[in-house]
Amino acid sequence: MNHWYHQWRKIKSYFVSGLCLMCAALVVAPLALVLFNLLQKGASSLDFAFFTQLPRPVGETGGGMANAIVGSLTLVGLAGLVGIPVGVLGGIYLSEFGTPRMNWAVRFAADILNGTSSIVWGIVVYALVVGYSAYAAGLALGFMMIPLIIRTTEEMMALVPNGYREAAFALGISQWRIVLNIVLKTAGKGIITGILLAAARVAGETAPLLFTAFGNSFWSHKLSEPIEALPLQIFTYANSPYDDWHRQAWAGALVLILFVLALNIGVRVMTRGRTPHLAK
Amino acid sequence: MNSAAVSGKTRPPTRIVLAPPSKTGDKAFRLLTWLMALMVLLLLALVGWTLCKGSALSVTKFGWNFFGHSNWDPVNGDFGALPFIFGTFVSSFVGLLIALPLSLGTAVYLTELAPGWVRQPAISMIEMLAAIPSVVFGLWGMRVLVPWLQDGPYPLLEKYLGFLPIFRGPISGRCMLSAAIIIAIMILPIITSITREVFRAVPDSQREAAFALGATRWEVTRMAVLRYSIRGIFGAAMLGLGRALGETMAVTMVVGNADKISASLFSAGNTLASKMANEYAETTAGIHLSALFELGLMVLLVTVVTNILARLLIGAMGARKLAGT
Repeated sequence: MNHWYHQWRKIKSYFVSGLCLMCAALVVAPLALVLFNLLQKGASSLDFAFFTQLPRPVGETGGGMANAIVGSLTLVGLAGLVGIPVGVLGGIYLSEFGTPRMNWAVRFAADILNGTSSIVWGIVVYALVVGYSAYAAGLALGFMMIPLIIRTTEEMMALVPNGYREAAFALGISQWRIVLNIVLKTAGKGIITGILLAAARVAGETAPLLFTAFGNSFWSHKLSEPIEALPLQIFTYANSPYDDWHRQAWAGALVLILFVLALNIGVRVMTRGRTPHLAK
Repeated sequence: MNSAAVSGKTRPPTRIVLAPPSKTGDKAFRLLTWLMALMVLLLLALVGWTLCKGSALSVTKFGWNFFGHSNWDPVNGDFGALPFIFGTFVSSFVGLLIALPLSLGTAVYLTELAPGWVRQPAISMIEMLAAIPSVVFGLWGMRVLVPWLQDGPYPLLEKYLGFLPIFRGPISGRCMLSAAIIIAIMILPIITSITREVFRAVPDSQREAAFALGATRWEVTRMAVLRYSIRGIFGAAMLGLGRALGETMAVTMVVGNADKISASLFSAGNTLASKMANEYAETTAGIHLSALFELGLMVLLVTVVTNILARLLIGAMGARKLAGT
């Protein structure tokens, strides 16, 4: 009796272990499937024209997403102009100067903003900036970058050993020079990693762009005009009823994901071992 | 008291005077960083204020009625958000129901069972899953996943579980269940990584004590690990729910975009976020726009509430992870 009960417990244990393995396989499966389908459906449409030409009107085959690719890069650049200074300097405050109360409040606000739906950012900036423009879209993406960068900067600066700061103080260097030339420099690689990951994250955002960038089938000559972006173009094309546009949407998605994953994998490889928190 | 005075000789004193570091630079720099940190607080206030101001017109005109009826009529200026509230909660909860067991199983596998050489690659892959943009999931969902679900699993579900109202036909491919499945895939990484952190925080002595009592691997996991981290699991689920409630693009592309309430998960629906995404091109000024702002305000409020609850449940341990993803 006892023996059988023991066997039964063992079987149960193996069964659950198997179940857990299956769960892990199921969680990883979508990644493999998405990547496989993107390569399968998108790679054949990737040609020189895709990167150099404007989209063609419905009915004409060919054309590309050159304006969307340039637009996306422009928007990420604009977002960086907003997000990087605020995020990095704010992170410096949290790590070097902050009072417990202020730090708690800022971290709390950053976490809330981080969890905020991306469409909310779109509609908020839509209300703040009149009209659709690249500026508005860059601002929305920049706002999204702030909470991401501020937290990684704080974390990276906190990893710098206090001995560095104390040694510099003993040499009579003023604090702001210590922070900028020693602490920031030591944490630099990790902070850049955080910035690149934040850039990769916002580069793939579509929802905030609906109300701000709006889309544009031509080159945008001014930043005060509506602008096209890769995720936006993918959304428009995927929702269209035309096969040729679906084909291009897959190609666009492949380009987008290669960009995002390359940034992600790149920074992880680059920082392996040095910044345990991000490299893991 | 300098050296000349002490020695009493006439030799001119040799003094090296180092100017103390200037405080102006410090003060200015400190002020600058303080202002930037303050920006985060102001940004949160700005988001709340903008949404409140934008929705004021709709709030005063419809009041509580906005949440209670399901007529969305831009022509006559009558707006009710009930179908979207329903759609948001149903798709998110069903998504969470699918994602939570899978995430828990994966986290148990990764912390308790997996050999070392599997662990790191698997964790990296889950992190990569989190990096895939929403619109790419949407494209994949509407062109690959939905057609497959519509041909295979959905008819089977209807055939064998059709006696339940939630699985009653007719089946439309882009429906609440498809949205829930896409949401589940998208929140898997965050729930998995947080539950993994929570499991890792369980002291090994707990596991060892259970092993010493003769428990099997599963009994150890159940009694020492899962029981110990129940709060953290709820917190992770709450955080996943927060993500699910606000998820926009992928949901918009697979939910079917119909303003209706139906008991069946096979019928098309709409969520708060997907409704906003659908109407971006049609927004004019006035009451229509104001109603959209009120939808945005609701999305903000539910994400704020779920985030606060998650923070309370996970506590200080999860705080780092909360920011990282």
